Amino acid sequence: MTTTLKPVDAVLVGFGWTGAIMGQQLCDEGLSVVALERGPWRDTATDFATTFAQDELRYMWRHHLFQNVSYDTLTIRNNTAQEALPMRHLGSFLLGTGVGSGGVHWNGQIWRFLPSDFQTRSHNQQRYGSKAVSDYDLTVQDWGVTYDELEPHYDTFDKICGTSGKAGNLRGQIQPGGNPFEGARSSEYPTPPMAQTYAPTLFGEAAARLGRRPFPHPTGNLSEPYVNPLGAQMGACTYCGFCEKFGCGNYSKASPQTTILPYLMAKPNFTLRTECEVLKVELTPDRKRATGVTYVNSAGEEFFQPAEMVILSAYVLQNVRLMLLSGIGQPYDPATGQGQVGRNYAYQTMSSVNVFFDDKILNPFIGAGALATVIDDYNGDNFDHSGLGFIGGAYIAGMVTGGRPIEMIYTPQGTPAWGLEWKHAAAKNYLKSFSISVHGSCMSHRGNYLDLDPTYRDIHGRPMLRMTFDFTDNELKMSNYLTDRAAEVARAMNPREIKLNRRAGPWSVTPYQTTHNTGGAIMGDNPKNSVVNKYLQVWDVPNVFSLGAGAFPQNAGYNPTGTVAALTYHAAAAIKAQYLKAPGPLVQA
Amino acid sequence: MGKPTVDRRHFLLGGAVVGAAGGVIAATLRDGELGGPPQTLSGSVPWAEGAADSPPGASGSGYVFFTAAEVAVITAMVDRLIPHDPVGPGAVEAGVPFFLDRQLAGPFGQGQHYFLGGPWPKGTPQQGYQSRFSPAQLYRAAISAVETYVSVNFNGASFGHLGEADRDKVLKGMESGDVTLGGGVDSKMFFAMLLQNTKEGYFADPIYGGNKDMGAWKMIGFPGAHYDYKEWVGRHGERVPIGPVGFKGRPGWTERRS
Repeated sequence: MTTTLKPVDAVLVGFGWTGAIMGQQLCDEGLSVVALERGPWRDTATDFATTFAQDELRYMWRHHLFQNVSYDTLTIRNNTAQEALPMRHLGSFLLGTGVGSGGVHWNGQIWRFLPSDFQTRSHNQQRYGSKAVSDYDLTVQDWGVTYDELEPHYDTFDKICGTSGKAGNLRGQIQPGGNPFEGARSSEYPTPPMAQTYAPTLFGEAAARLGRRPFPHPTGNLSEPYVNPLGAQMGACTYCGFCEKFGCGNYSKASPQTTILPYLMAKPNFTLRTECEVLKVELTPDRKRATGVTYVNSAGEEFFQPAEMVILSAYVLQNVRLMLLSGIGQPYDPATGQGQVGRNYAYQTMSSVNVFFDDKILNPFIGAGALATVIDDYNGDNFDHSGLGFIGGAYIAGMVTGGRPIEMIYTPQGTPAWGLEWKHAAAKNYLKSFSISVHGSCMSHRGNYLDLDPTYRDIHGRPMLRMTFDFTDNELKMSNYLTDRAAEVARAMNPREIKLNRRAGPWSVTPYQTTHNTGGAIMGDNPKNSVVNKYLQVWDVPNVFSLGAGAFPQNAGYNPTGTVAALTYHAAAAIKAQYLKAPGPLVQA
Repeated sequence: MGKPTVDRRHFLLGGAVVGAAGGVIAATLRDGELGGPPQTLSGSVPWAEGAADSPPGASGSGYVFFTAAEVAVITAMVDRLIPHDPVGPGAVEAGVPFFLDRQLAGPFGQGQHYFLGGPWPKGTPQQGYQSRFSPAQLYRAAISAVETYVSVNFNGASFGHLGEADRDKVLKGMESGDVTLGGGVDSKMFFAMLLQNTKEGYFADPIYGGNKDMGAWKMIGFPGAHYDYKEWVGRHGERVPIGPVGFKGRPGWTERRS
């Protein structure tokens, strides 16, 4: 028994960063908007107040703010020869849920991709030849949108978040103290960089001695109080060290809750329904138009919400799955290369170098999600790849997000994982060690993709998503090269010893790496190579928009949220300027 | 000031439901998704008085999950994973067996954040946890299987009666997977969970029943649940001289009991 509700102009499926951004943009245009979120309402004072936010066990290890995989998970395998099995416990990535979703428990690392990152295929082909972009069965391609087109939208997101940082390229002029490799910015960061603790300071000094160009990590953990253009007020970060994987109790980390929801929730034309999971996007019989969505709430009641526009604003994996479940577009087949939905799933290639001192107290517990000094000399195509056998790169960050002791005790090479020797190493090194993060790109590959699992089902009886993924030789070569570059900086800090944690294949679901899943609903310049156009509009069903990192044709060596937000504002601008006047394709196929 | 003194402990636990017999585990009403009734929210940011989602700390005394025989085995295991010496507390004196008991009796033990549906073929190492067992079921089955293994290989002995060297030998065999256990237990998978949970009990906030007197935090120099380090950010290389603090304060604070 499905109850049909009053039609609305737009329905948002999922209510994290992209849902909040698009909801605000459309409500300001006067549209009636309903957001459906399968998780609960969340706010700072109730869910992660400063009196109990610093709880490593509950939030990190018991997954209190994360997706509960007992209701819904996905299946995983490294290649098509294997049988995919369920991800029975979160590990490699920590999926969000609830209002704000991953925007609540993220680090607040706010990056822009390099201008050349948006031309991965044409740029590398031009500089290094066609083999560079086709070796290892890579399927990289251009985005169909440029940095210059996205710049105003990156700028909007910085002002919403109050991003703390130092510009390295202001309207084409290289600025001392910033990232000299970044694309031109139209304005300086809204707030100055965070103060750096000891370890990132030592990292920056060592990097500079080697001729690298260190700069403070751009961060949504604010260095000073800030009021954003929507009137939301944020406080200065207290460096409590419980930021990544945690909610901020101090209104210091940019999140939908701290930047957009106080404004959006007050809008009379906006409605949020929580504990409501969308089962399917309903299409007309010719599958060229969506009529709305069917959803079920936590009481088991089923509803049809008619809508003029359906905005998929859930996480990458859910957006792709909903398209596959709803019959939107053609599923990708790795054997033939035909079909687009699920193609070019990619990830992030992470490694690290631990640094141990005898004589320096680093106080690692003083930290924040994006508290780091960074070098970008080896990211993207900021360095000559000739003869290296790979494309892509990484930023290298002397980063201290905190010193949470269950997760973040570093012990020297060869230390056992338990026993007296482990305990002594923990006691000796905790205050005097830290980790350099190598945050590598991940190119797309013919065999890495998403589709529906033939065996496993969720609590609603729907097929789970199936992820087929492994790191390619391109990624492993890149990561090794970059880890060596990080080790150079580590050694230049004159520590007692270092430990290299290289990224080895095959990809494993067990150790935490990062929640930067990308692709599967990629953007491009025509329907033969992509699911959505440059405005994130689905080619096959023009009143459906798919937001988020699913649009990335491959992943760059940066955290994705800045680009996810910029793409959302870019899409919203086109919807407001063109689509609402003449609903239909914004780009002619 | 004439205001009644608020008992900090009960203030913190005020939003949680504490079970009756044995006072086991505070229920959490907002954990994960599908945790509450559907809501339609419009016109303002919702807020409810007294709704703070406070931590589900352990309470009561004695064991409610483990049997006496199981306690003996688990205690003998965690005693080797983190042994006592003058450098810092061992897992036993830190209260890790009690912590494990309360965790296994509660939502974690029941596999609240695990997908346990079938089918259940054996996976590759890269596919992570693959079992039909919830953590509580795995502990119970594994302890029994280890006792059988030890009895067969050590002349009818119980794990708890083995010397330190033999206990380490069995644990290392489980860590590598060389020790094969019966009862459907993957020794390597169980060892990984036990070691992780032991470190959790050793280093988690004392509210969960381990890390007694914050001894593990004192050993490494972690100040605990502090919320503001602004004045220390620029003081490079200085030792922060503040002792650790947990959600319920620290031993130096006077705690009123009702």
